[in-house]
Amino acid sequence: MINNNLILIILNTLISLIDVLLVLLPVLLSVAFMTIIERKQLAAHQRRVGPNTVGYYGILQPFSDALKLILKETVIPSQSNKILFYLAPVSTLIFSLLGWGIIPFGQGLTLFDFSLGILYTLALSSLGVYGVLFAGWSANSKYAFLGSLRSTAAMISYELILSSAILIVILLAGSFNFTTIIESQEAIWFVVPLLPVFIFYFISILAETSRTPFDLQEAESELVAGFFTEHSSIIFVFFFLAEYSSIVLFSCITAILFFGGYNMPELFVNNTFISLQAVVLGLKTCVFCFMFVWFRATLPRLRYDQLIEFCWLNLLPVAVAFIILVPCILVAFDIAPY
Amino acid sequence: MAILRQLVVGVAASRPLATRLATSRPSILAASRLLSTNSRQQAQHVDHTNHLHPGHPKSPPLQTSFPGEFKDVYAGGPSAIEKAVHLFFFTEILRGMWIVLEQFFRPPYTIMYPFEKGPLSPRFRGEHALRRYPSGEERCIACKLCEAICPAQAITIESEARLDGSRKTTRYDIDMTKCIYCGFCQEACPVDAIVETQNQEFSTETREELLYNKEKLLANGDRAEAEIAANLHADHVYR
Repeated sequence: MINNNLILIILNTLISLIDVLLVLLPVLLSVAFMTIIERKQLAAHQRRVGPNTVGYYGILQPFSDALKLILKETVIPSQSNKILFYLAPVSTLIFSLLGWGIIPFGQGLTLFDFSLGILYTLALSSLGVYGVLFAGWSANSKYAFLGSLRSTAAMISYELILSSAILIVILLAGSFNFTTIIESQEAIWFVVPLLPVFIFYFISILAETSRTPFDLQEAESELVAGFFTEHSSIIFVFFFLAEYSSIVLFSCITAILFFGGYNMPELFVNNTFISLQAVVLGLKTCVFCFMFVWFRATLPRLRYDQLIEFCWLNLLPVAVAFIILVPCILVAFDIAPY
Repeated sequence: MAILRQLVVGVAASRPLATRLATSRPSILAASRLLSTNSRQQAQHVDHTNHLHPGHPKSPPLQTSFPGEFKDVYAGGPSAIEKAVHLFFFTEILRGMWIVLEQFFRPPYTIMYPFEKGPLSPRFRGEHALRRYPSGEERCIACKLCEAICPAQAITIESEARLDGSRKTTRYDIDMTKCIYCGFCQEACPVDAIVETQNQEFSTETREELLYNKEKLLANGDRAEAEIAANLHADHVYR
């Protein structure tokens, strides 16, 4: 009897482990390809060719990059705090990968259909700041420290905007659950009624993932590489993966919150036995990944005071105005979903 | 006569209205300008902002102000709403992004170097070569002008008289590691013997291979004679 139970527990653990791997491996692969997509797309924007030697059209470039970095020597500053120095990239990567646990890739296709999914996502993105802080503090380097200070201030500031924008979406959907939010967009994507909200939401996720024009912490012209200046070899790979993982994750969340997630427009509803929902979500995610790189190709970097001022003096009043306006409309026309 | 006067008065009265109509942008035009990258329309835009400054020579004559008459300060320039729309919908950024997107769909300028090469001028100064006459006789008469003019002192020449009385080189060395590819040797040569070819891909794995002697230079000349002759002919008008 006891033996049977034990086997059952082990089996269950194994199955959930396989589940997790089934999500994480494709995610890590997509993150790897995001790096090559970024390089190729930037090249195309600048009328260059980009990496095109490794594999067909350079498609294996990320793997050769990873191999190169893994084979490099790990250099750790002698005056650094070793534990935090290693913990920083690991925690950053883990927190950005944990976000994938609650993403619904199709109807019921999720690791964990968490009723407070959005709060979980926001919490994780807040925790992501710690990796940056640890890295900057532990390296005992001026550049890393300045980079992490900038990053922390910017991320905390823009999280305010991000959560305000998401709060408005929650008001319309009436739920913190991703699946419910997607289902409530069957009639119309939230981007249509909430276009201005989407604009400042997208600005805030650009800052949240520390992409241009808000990549102050990685201002290579001033700070070498920002908070991971001292990290090399495999721990640098961790930071790299974490950065691109959060880009893909936020693209995915954007697709879910504003563009109907895995739902296709009614016109193209697919009645065959093949579920294209995951493909639809993937395509929508790709569009936003494209936009991330597109912004990087277009916009120059902001000055630091502009960055903070833009957040607190321009975006925040707009966000607060919308937090007041949207529920007013919902109540006035009696269309609140609860 | 009365009718005529009425007509004149009517035209005069309608003029302020007409100018106002002309200066206020139709909404469609304004909307198209939000996203357009057309330089002509941008120029118009700049023109309009200039109208705001009364001192500007291009600005229209200010409407003579009668006491109590409404004066539209924004007439001729973008309205407050227009400016707010530009600000809140990031139209300048969108315009920039549109340009970047246009570039995305255009072919790259890249030349895949080892496989395809860019055009070279006939004056291009690359690897050196010693030329021969069509009879097979060496052109070089060992006048040592090239050796004298060479600013890097890369050329070493030794010569002696041959049995037929002509002076020919016994040694003609160029140290390609010293050479700065200035082309003075080619300019100094009275018989077009030493020339610089268009070949720039002659890197070697050892330094010694770059110390060229007469045989190597003559071989270069024999190999590229057609090309050298064509380039000299293409450039002879300018020499």
